[in-house]
Amino acid sequence: MTFCAIFVPNFSLQAVERAEPALRNQPLVLLDGPAPTFRVIAVSERARLLGVSNGLTKAAAAEFSGVLLRLRNREQEAAMHAALMDAAWSVSPRAENTALDIVVIDLAGMATLFGDYEGIGLQIQSRCSELGFHVQVAVSENPETARILACASPGPTVVPAGQESQFLKPLPLELLAPSEELAEVLRRWGITSCGALAALPVLSLSECVGQEGVHLHAIASGKGERSLILAEPTHTFEEFLELDDAVEELEPLSFLLGRLLDQLCARVAARALAIRTIRVQFELQPDFEEAFDASREILRSKQLPGSFHCSLALPRPTQDSKLLLKLLRLRLQGKPPHAPVQKLWMYAAPDRAFAVQGGLFQPAAPDPDKLELTLARIASVVGENNVGSAEVLDSNRPDAFRTNKFSPLPVSDHRRKNDSANAAEVPIKAKIGFRYFRPPLAAYVEISDGCPVRVSWKGNTGKVVHAAGPWRMSGQWWEEHAWHEDAWEVELSFFGKTTLSSGVYYIVFDVLQKKWFVRGSYD
Amino acid sequence: MPWSASSLRLHVESALAGRVVSPFRFKEATAPLTVPTGIAALDELTGGLPRGCLTEIYGPACSGRTSILQAALAVRTQAGEACALIDAADAFDPVGSQGAGVFLPRLLWVRCQGIDPALRSVDWLLHGGGFGLVALDLGDVSPRLVRQVQLNVWFRMRRAVEDTPTVFVVLAQHSNAKSCASLVLRVEKETDSWSLPVQKTAQRAFHTPGCLLNNSAHRAEMVRSFLRNKKTLFIDRPRSRDSSETARFLLRSDRQFNQDQLHTAPELQTVEISQERKRNSG
Repeated sequence: MTFCAIFVPNFSLQAVERAEPALRNQPLVLLDGPAPTFRVIAVSERARLLGVSNGLTKAAAAEFSGVLLRLRNREQEAAMHAALMDAAWSVSPRAENTALDIVVIDLAGMATLFGDYEGIGLQIQSRCSELGFHVQVAVSENPETARILACASPGPTVVPAGQESQFLKPLPLELLAPSEELAEVLRRWGITSCGALAALPVLSLSECVGQEGVHLHAIASGKGERSLILAEPTHTFEEFLELDDAVEELEPLSFLLGRLLDQLCARVAARALAIRTIRVQFELQPDFEEAFDASREILRSKQLPGSFHCSLALPRPTQDSKLLLKLLRLRLQGKPPHAPVQKLWMYAAPDRAFAVQGGLFQPAAPDPDKLELTLARIASVVGENNVGSAEVLDSNRPDAFRTNKFSPLPVSDHRRKNDSANAAEVPIKAKIGFRYFRPPLAAYVEISDGCPVRVSWKGNTGKVVHAAGPWRMSGQWWEEHAWHEDAWEVELSFFGKTTLSSGVYYIVFDVLQKKWFVRGSYD
Repeated sequence: MPWSASSLRLHVESALAGRVVSPFRFKEATAPLTVPTGIAALDELTGGLPRGCLTEIYGPACSGRTSILQAALAVRTQAGEACALIDAADAFDPVGSQGAGVFLPRLLWVRCQGIDPALRSVDWLLHGGGFGLVALDLGDVSPRLVRQVQLNVWFRMRRAVEDTPTVFVVLAQHSNAKSCASLVLRVEKETDSWSLPVQKTAQRAFHTPGCLLNNSAHRAEMVRSFLRNKKTLFIDRPRSRDSSETARFLLRSDRQFNQDQLHTAPELQTVEISQERKRNSG
């Protein structure tokens, strides 16, 4: 068995830098603790050069000119841990969630897929770098040795079988994470390195410090054998971003959304998946007037900030973050959040990546990604319900249809479906086309002997040359939207000042409203 | 300092680099592929609708423009191609079109209320590509508004559809695309055929189906075509309406009535029955 440990140095700091990449080369100082007494828990390399160290108070850290202070963010750390697990699962399905900043994976059989162990280590580092953080990697025959070596050196470190103790020998004892009492005892004995601990006789150590000492002795000797506690792969992807200053404009907001989408797409791609649905949640800044209106009941209790949701379902799973960003932007342009955005959550529901083999004789169809974007653009101009493919409803009501989302399947897929409306069953006929007037135009109709003889609407008057009807139709009288009408097909010959020429029109007498309408024309 | 031909050529090529592949290479004009319209007489006249070109079909209301488009959509959707209809006046009839053979799941219908969103939608769809037929229906839009569309808009659309397998059809009341259109058809209606030729004969002795729209006859004239050369017109000779540049076609109604039925069941069409039906419609 061979194990690989992946360690994220400066985990809390890297989590903040991953969320805000602009902070990467800045003197960043991370604070944590109860509200008034914040302490420095992590510093970047540039801040260390300026003289900032762990344990300083917030006020003391702020004295250093140029340092950027940030609070530790648990949600960003959780997102980075999830990304770390995704990187591990991208290499091996057998991964142990050892700690927030350490993952150990089983590399048994992986050499045939990825090459030698050093190559695997480099690949893991490269993948983590794509996900926005850097890691230290070590490969060994037992998981504990791999874990300690990953924490000790940037790597990738590959330990040949049987040489674990040699690699562990110079490492400091703190890497074994002994309890405080044991560390004090060993310090008094003058034991400071793993090699010195491994050199002690086990029986005497057991008598003096108990089982913990024996366990650490085994690890220091390179014999830390154990089984991995495997983590179950998750199928939810979540990213989070908290802003110092709320964002109101769509342009900077889309920049932030793009960053989150890049991170999500990289994670999803690392797992060989694609995004089917994206859900965005914003926590909105409370309204200024509301926040300072003392008379409001809401201020007496804890005020809940407003939130805004927006979701996007794709007909075809994709890993293209640019496409997703464009679609989200179009969606937000149509329905923007009503207040400045303070926090952002983005959730992705994954699906298997789409793969299709195009046929040589298959007719060309629009590229699904491009089509989705085009439809979103059109929908932002004409409205969501005005784009799609029509579906005729099973009703006698005239013009009964609904609009579905347009997604042209390949010919074979449609033919497979047992659809009564299959085109193959409907022969092509050169039939008279009909044009609807939506909404129907109110008309004045002269009746003679029960038959229309003259029709006028919108300044056009036509004499009826031929008429067919009335076709009496009614339905849904048991519902609120009952309809009842007498329809006529009339051939009109226009006279006077009109732009219309003679033709056949479809007029109806709405029995419920007692009014005449022109519903359309045959063209 | 005079420029040599080679240096001039180099200068022009470098200026157009990235936009025009080889500006001095002669591009052979090849005849575009055509697809059938679904109406045999029109196919015979025009050779079909050209791919990668703008086709304009115009005529007054009720002249048969929609029927031609409907037939073409039926052919293309049944051939498995995705089609798009940008409906500037929201006039499309899905029920009738399905009856005429249009396979609606393969037809993208964009319902616009105005010419501007329609033109923007067409632009996006043409640039997106992949459609077998894209139709812009401006049939019910005021001709004054359509005339205001700049010629460069039509040029842009023509360029977008060029060298693609898309058939781009524009329906309007008047011709607007001018030289951007590769095929221009003018349609007009000749006659409507009713089951009873004169309404008076029906009187009130007939209730439904006493008088029905059977079919209508239309005439299409090929005003412009890049595929076929027009015939030479002579000033001293009158222009024949039945020249080889026109075609007549017949469109059937949904409610076409057989004359035999009218004669075999006359006893049903009495005033009494008519009045009874009016009293008790359900």
